[in-house]
Amino acid sequence: MKRAARYIIFYSALLGLWTLLAELKIWPPYLFPTPWGVGEALYAGFQDHSYWIAIRVSLQRVLIGYGISVVLGMILGLGLASNKFFEETMGGLLVSLQSLPSICWWPLALLWFGLNQNAILFVVIMGSLLSVTLAMEDGRKQMPKIFGHAGRNLGAKGFKLFWYVLLPASLPFIVSGLKQGWAFAWRSLITAEMLYLSLGLGQVLMMGRDLNDMSAVIAVMILIIAIGYVVDGVVFKGMERHLQNKWGLTPAP
Amino acid sequence: MSTNTQNLPSQFPHALEPRLAERSGGREPISIDYPVRSLSPEAAKVGLSEICLSYRSPRGEGLLALDHINLQVRAGEFVCIVGPSGCGKSTLLHLIAGLQPQTSGEILIDGNAVQGPGTDRILIFQEHGLFPWLTVGQNVEFGMKMKGVPKAERRETTRYYLRLVHLAKFEKSYIHQLSGGMRQRVAIARALATEPDVLLMDEPFAALDAQTRDLLHDELEHIWNETGRTIIFVTHNVREAIRLGDRVVLLSFRPGRVKSEFPVALPRPRHLEDPSVARAARQILDELRDEINQSLEAEYHDGVKPHVKTGVEAGFRL
Repeated sequence: MKRAARYIIFYSALLGLWTLLAELKIWPPYLFPTPWGVGEALYAGFQDHSYWIAIRVSLQRVLIGYGISVVLGMILGLGLASNKFFEETMGGLLVSLQSLPSICWWPLALLWFGLNQNAILFVVIMGSLLSVTLAMEDGRKQMPKIFGHAGRNLGAKGFKLFWYVLLPASLPFIVSGLKQGWAFAWRSLITAEMLYLSLGLGQVLMMGRDLNDMSAVIAVMILIIAIGYVVDGVVFKGMERHLQNKWGLTPAP
Repeated sequence: MSTNTQNLPSQFPHALEPRLAERSGGREPISIDYPVRSLSPEAAKVGLSEICLSYRSPRGEGLLALDHINLQVRAGEFVCIVGPSGCGKSTLLHLIAGLQPQTSGEILIDGNAVQGPGTDRILIFQEHGLFPWLTVGQNVEFGMKMKGVPKAERRETTRYYLRLVHLAKFEKSYIHQLSGGMRQRVAIARALATEPDVLLMDEPFAALDAQTRDLLHDELEHIWNETGRTIIFVTHNVREAIRLGDRVVLLSFRPGRVKSEFPVALPRPRHLEDPSVARAARQILDELRDEINQSLEAEYHDGVKPHVKTGVEAGFRL
């Protein structure tokens, strides 16, 4: 109850400040819209289905891209963790590549795949693959060795050892990396979508700019934040809670 | 077979009789009539011949951890391995389990050389090694699932072994919901459910309180009677070794060698507090004194040389 009250107070104050600034008309309304202007834009966008379509297209892309990243990243991470040569050579390369914003891959992607969905997927994968790989490598190393020993001792080897022992054993250690990978994937997607006629949320955002419609821009920004927040709060928080219950770990305060 | 193993009886480097005679200084061994020595590695259930293990220390020097270990274990025998910390007794179990290769020598199970892990030998770890993401039942089932045993059969076997360790009610619990003793019992059930010939136990009760340990000694002895498994049990607790074992094998401190072997002929069931158990423990501890001293010196390291008259004074658990 108290928490809800704090939220209500904070967000009402924020909205109030926004309204006040908009009402003072320091800037023209098309540059600084009012909250209800944004609300109307949101309503209109959902009414003519353009937001629904954009959300569907974007989510589909991010799911495919992120899915590929997770599968590839786990294989790569596991390979890195179990091979000293790769760990020393490729591990360092991956860490340095992580400082490269994924959109830097866009020109290459355009040349390799053409101006289409695959180029966007490539940027999304490059955005999240590294975090998943590094998280998996780290998780595999942090995972107590005893689980691997016990698994092999009980007759698990090869893929079975990975699927039934190493993967579940490292999940608590990689869940934060998976979460980070998701955030990177989502950001990379929106960035790439802004760069061409892509139908996704990124393009709808740019459309608002082209039409000089700041209400629409802010409306789409809110949508992007909301989707990212919901996935984080529902999918990943749920996963963390589930793991904590199973493993008997106390949730972080 | 290598020539080593064929010549074994004549060049057995750490043979029992001469050592016992020279080291125990006229004291009578606990029992003398024990035919294990005559067993060849091929005929034994578990035969270790000339096992050596060396590894590189972080500073790059080669260290010998295990030095020509020879040990034959009969089918159905309960052998306890005792030694000061750092003697490589846990490592020896890892080698038998096939989790780690030895540098030289051969490990034979029923005359066949060990090549990697196998479900005929299951290792029980001190920290139980149970999977926290699975329920108790799923943990016990795990080995059978890996083998491809049909589900119905798996469930039945799981129930049987959970009943054997008195945990039938906890099939659906997660590991973190159990006490230390219960976890160790699940680990035993999980090991038994893969129907191994040999149980390898690595200080399985070291982290438990005394009452729980007593109880688990009784249960383990009962399970051993019931299933007739061969058990190799590593511990640093001499009394525990005598309480449980048909034979106690002493390893020396770094590098680990078989220092001597004590057959234990005391009638079963024994109890940790039996005077006969205590007497036998004292005899073995006297034998161990030098090794404990060395182990402690290595631990203190900084020039302080503790001189310990008996293992008891060294804090060595009786």
